[in-house]
Amino acid sequence: MEVKILSTKFDIENAHLIDVAKSHGAYQTLDKLFSMTPEDVINEVKDSGLRGRGGAGFPAGVKWSFLPKDLDKPTYLAVNSDESEPATFKDRYILVKDPHLMIEGIIICCYAIGCHDAYIYIRGEYTSQVKALQRAIDEAYEAGYLGETVDGNDFRLDVTVHRGAGAYVCGEETALLESIEGKKGQPRSKPPFPAVVGLYDCPTIINNVQTIASLPFIIQEGADAYKAHGTEKSCGTHLFGISGHVEKPGMYELPLGLPLMEVLEKVAGGVWKGRKLKGVIPGGSSTPVLTPEEAKTVNLDYESMAEHKTMFGSGGIVVLDETVDIVKLVENLIYFYHHESCGQCTPCREGLGWMLKIVKKLLAGEGSMADIDLLVELCDNIEMKTVCVLSAACTMPVRSYLKKFRHEFEAYVSDAAS
Amino acid sequence: MSDRSELIITGEPFEFDAERDAEFEQQIVRYPIRESMIMPALWMAQEQQGWISAEAIEYIAERIGTFPAKVFELATFYTMYHLKPVGQHHICVCRTLSCWLRDKQAIVDYLAEEVGIKPGQISEDGRFSLEEVECLGHCGTAPVVQVNGDFHEEMDLDKFKALLATLE
Ligand SMILES: Cc1cc2nc3c(=O)[nH]c(=O)nc-3n(C[C@H](O)[C@H](O)[C@H](O)COP(=O)(O)O)c2cc1C
Ligand code: SF4
Ligand code: FES
Repeated sequence: MEVKILSTKFDIENAHLIDVAKSHGAYQTLDKLFSMTPEDVINEVKDSGLRGRGGAGFPAGVKWSFLPKDLDKPTYLAVNSDESEPATFKDRYILVKDPHLMIEGIIICCYAIGCHDAYIYIRGEYTSQVKALQRAIDEAYEAGYLGETVDGNDFRLDVTVHRGAGAYVCGEETALLESIEGKKGQPRSKPPFPAVVGLYDCPTIINNVQTIASLPFIIQEGADAYKAHGTEKSCGTHLFGISGHVEKPGMYELPLGLPLMEVLEKVAGGVWKGRKLKGVIPGGSSTPVLTPEEAKTVNLDYESMAEHKTMFGSGGIVVLDETVDIVKLVENLIYFYHHESCGQCTPCREGLGWMLKIVKKLLAGEGSMADIDLLVELCDNIEMKTVCVLSAACTMPVRSYLKKFRHEFEAYVSDAAS
Repeated sequence: MSDRSELIITGEPFEFDAERDAEFEQQIVRYPIRESMIMPALWMAQEQQGWISAEAIEYIAERIGTFPAKVFELATFYTMYHLKPVGQHHICVCRTLSCWLRDKQAIVDYLAEEVGIKPGQISEDGRFSLEEVECLGHCGTAPVVQVNGDFHEEMDLDKFKALLATLE
């Protein structure tokens, strides 16, 4: 089932080193790239149907075309390498195993959007990964792919690594920009969108690592070759991270559109220890859970996930076996989002804390039926009332657990309290 | 680490060593505003000293040309900056979803019962400090533990005990 577009060099020894990477095709798109106009490049990417791989799935080429034309200001690129959504662990493979693929992607994107200063925002916990990435960038400078000219072409490009320091919210694109500007990672209200007012008040494109790393193939082989994989609206391949209660957890590159259960069984070895399936989280912790019944009919693409009232998200699939206590899982989730709230919106800062308290109360055997309803009411009062969607990234999945596994919450209600 | 309420004054002046001094000058030209250098400078101070003291905050502020309060604000917002010394081996155990599903709790319980440290604490001899952290981006090889920045994947209690035994 696996198709390799992004992971072609992952199994090659030392492919993170520029000489090895080059002997396997790295930087070979550049001749073609510089023979195209920036508009051609944007159109090719639009045609390819490539959608943002950071979670929201916005078409990459379309986003680039939102940049204002003929503005007397620099344009910036920020590559989102924050990778902090629980159950997401795909970008790291690119950073460590094939960083030159991403650098080549950065060159393509910057040429298309007219950017000469790109920043890679990488989460602070990736200690050795930061070093590996910086080494690859240094190599690219030495080899003449970055700096005053790019591969001999009259195009300056500087790439700077900016290291985060432990804040999930900095994966949100405007918090990420604030963080590069030397501020707390507190998201900005939109509009204006970063394509118009972004980093240092200049037009800025933010793209995920995997989005950027998909570009060399699209330019080299063409949009049609990319579209040949996947479905009509979910084109290409994706790095899926499968974790939790499966026999073979790990990262797999697959075309979009495959049936979820087939992937879990054939690729990930099925539920571990011969146990029964209780649920599947399809795309990172913030996506609504699927019951085993729903999991049987869903495909790994944006449309099918939406039809099942959940989201494709980041491609981080979590398998829950029959032993999982859903109420405890929900406690674990709410704790995460509450801990990571940047604190500027009251519904998020306080509301998630209240939700956590109520779940703890239930777990202590002191909750009532009214408390379960109160959880739903809190979700209603938090969603859409905040600057960013971190709070909804918590309430949306929590709603799904309350709806699909309500009996487990009720089982914690003590007779005395109800 | 968990207590982020105050800065510790060491009474010792702080300044970057030659290597960091050069690194600072090299990186600052990449940003159009000097404040962008606060986070990188905090990292450099922490790498040099192991943690961030009141003197390091003052030094960074002065070097960048901003207020110490601004540097302090970032040092408290971002949880990876240590405002007090950590153990010789700083252990971070991921507490989030995939690691929780694969029994990270066994590791945390073992540290509490056998080593005598709970999350947020440092052992009396200063050898170990423990922090429970959020998803470390290695969920496919859960549960994961980071010791002084190095990842240790697919941990279970036996492997963790073996790892502890290697830490001097
Ligand atoms: C709370 C929050 C956390 C996010 N974390 C990440 C992240 O770690 N990595 C990422 O690429 N996108 C993350 N995003 C999505 C980004 O805001 C943004 O949509 C994305 O980087 C755009 O790139 P793309 O179009 O290539 O997907 C996050 C969004 C939110 C609201
Ligand atoms: S929703 Fe939460 S994380 Fe997002 S801006 Fe508001 S307080 Fe910050
Ligand atoms: S949940 Fe532990 S590394 Fe992601």
